[in-house]
Amino acid sequence: MTTPPKTEEKPAPNGSGSDPFLSVRDLHIRFSTEDGIVKAVDGLSFDLERGQTLGIVGESGSGKSVTNLAVLGLHNPKSTEITGEIHLEGQELTGAKEKTLEKLRGNKMAMIFQDALTALSPYYTVGRQIAEPFIKHTGASKREGRQRAIEMLTKVGIPQPTLRVDDYPHQFSGGMRQRAMIAMALVCNPELLIADEPTTALDVTVQAQILDLLKDLQQEFGSAIILITHDLGVVANTADDLLVMYAGRAVERGSVKEILTEPQHPYTWGLLSSMPRLSSDVSEALHPIPGSPPSLLNPPSGCAFNPRCGFTGEVGGTRCGDERPALAPGRAAACHLGSEQKQTLFTEQIKPRLG
Amino acid sequence: MLPFLLRRTFGAIITLVLLSAFTFFIFFSVGDPATLACGKNCTADNIALIHQNLGLDQPVPVQYWHFLVGIFAGRDFTLGHCSAPCFGYSFATKQDVWSTMIDRLPTTASLAIGGAVAFLVIGLGAGLLAAWKRGTLLDKTVTGASMVLSSVQIYILGPIVLGIFVYSGIMAAPKYVNLTSNPASWFMGLLIPWLVMSTIFTAQYTRMARSTMIEQLQEEHVRTAKAKGMPARYVFLRYAWRGSLIPIVTILGIDLSSLFGGAMITEYTFQLAGLGRLAIDSVKTLDLPMVMGVLIFSAALILVFNIIVDATYAFIDPRVRLS
Repeated sequence: MTTPPKTEEKPAPNGSGSDPFLSVRDLHIRFSTEDGIVKAVDGLSFDLERGQTLGIVGESGSGKSVTNLAVLGLHNPKSTEITGEIHLEGQELTGAKEKTLEKLRGNKMAMIFQDALTALSPYYTVGRQIAEPFIKHTGASKREGRQRAIEMLTKVGIPQPTLRVDDYPHQFSGGMRQRAMIAMALVCNPELLIADEPTTALDVTVQAQILDLLKDLQQEFGSAIILITHDLGVVANTADDLLVMYAGRAVERGSVKEILTEPQHPYTWGLLSSMPRLSSDVSEALHPIPGSPPSLLNPPSGCAFNPRCGFTGEVGGTRCGDERPALAPGRAAACHLGSEQKQTLFTEQIKPRLG
Repeated sequence: MLPFLLRRTFGAIITLVLLSAFTFFIFFSVGDPATLACGKNCTADNIALIHQNLGLDQPVPVQYWHFLVGIFAGRDFTLGHCSAPCFGYSFATKQDVWSTMIDRLPTTASLAIGGAVAFLVIGLGAGLLAAWKRGTLLDKTVTGASMVLSSVQIYILGPIVLGIFVYSGIMAAPKYVNLTSNPASWFMGLLIPWLVMSTIFTAQYTRMARSTMIEQLQEEHVRTAKAKGMPARYVFLRYAWRGSLIPIVTILGIDLSSLFGGAMITEYTFQLAGLGRLAIDSVKTLDLPMVMGVLIFSAALILVFNIIVDATYAFIDPRVRLS
């Protein structure tokens, strides 16, 4: 358990002495668009220690990727307003100078993008793209860069790396491209690795290989990993802690085991019920979450999940539509249901569905 | 690469034969060139004589065949031998078509090359600058100016520039001087035509460079380069610019082929004797051999530039295979 106690609304100083490796406090990200202000992330806090993996799950548009692009400082400052704090080993990243961020990106913190076909440049060889950040950050020569690229390709399991280093991304298969992408992110041994749906575009066998690879590399370098996904199956085997996001906010936080075995938030219940299980009867229907994610231009009042939630009646009154539930420190869910209610509802209604 | 070139060259030759045949037959449905060559006091005998001398008395397909053979093997006329490549003699000036075109080519080529350098340097430069400084006053100024200038036609801008700089005596009238004989006067003589001609192109290339760069800067692989910690300028020039080259080269190929085929309006506006004027004059006087010559020349240019552009794609984008 690496998520130390904290309150979401009031970022308290860390009581336990040393600062966490990555600490995000009360992060707000707003985009100005033609239609208005989009509150993509609305008050998010989390911590991450070295050697640990934090899974962030949620539907498309829940703010997962936006949060992590903000960590790397990749948003366009002209159209994005970012408030709150992001500390990497004590260094403030929100509002940091572009030059400072340039030195950190690809070096101390790196990102693996979702679709390696579009995320790698079609115009340069895989080797060159892997070597580039290494040469830039370590001052290595082109020759050394190329050697390093070959070394990295070997490490991520590309066959015949000395030949493939001169290939272009389109000459690689999907799984190899993703491996090359990982090699590129890891070339400077980053201490923080953000993997944005690294396996979504891949088939299941390759998916498992890539996740194993990430795990191995984490053990070797002791990096902290943020794993963004909408696939709970992926986090189950990979992550230590889990953050469930909905409409730009964290709705549930805890260790992977806690959340997968005893989820507390109706949205997490929905996510789990909508997953097909190998053990369940073929005739048994899946339980999708009704409705669709809210527009972040004009999010629902109160709890953002209330229009899709089947349990607002249990809370009583109009509390779910009026009052936004806070996320308590530690293992918690942002929901108005009482803890006994949650327990009862989960055991009686949800658990049987999960088989 | 070689099979590609051979295949495309073969295709280009077929296209040229079809195109020239089509033009040849169309021409004879328009009128009898002999009446023009004949002059004022024309008798039926004169016409018949001209027909005989120029080979116009033969059936049109036969005439076309002679024409085609002449290009590759040379041709004998009643008035003398015309060596390959023979496009015949002008009805209007009695000059050899091929050597007339060769005479006119340096003017047109100088105009095209100088103009292209001007609009590429200024246009692409301004476009890149605007994309780099997107949203700033500089960007808005450049975008606004290119919007206005892209609608100023040569025949409007030309006389205005002439009025301000030439008729007032500040600069000499534009004229073509051989580059090898006097580079300085070659440059000064063509400066005004270059700038006037390239104004519209400059504006168009500015807008194109700016918009493709902005599009490219939003590409995911450009973001990846940024996420690797590559400096902004490097990302801009190495990643985004590389992706912008394909659309720019495509348009450049079309523009260059039309410029080398003769900038008709520019040549008329500045009284320069290039291929463009030759084309217009020969059409006006129903000068069949000259029309055919100029037409085949500009068609061949378009085909050649197309092949060059397609071959260039393979160098820009490794995904393109020439097959």
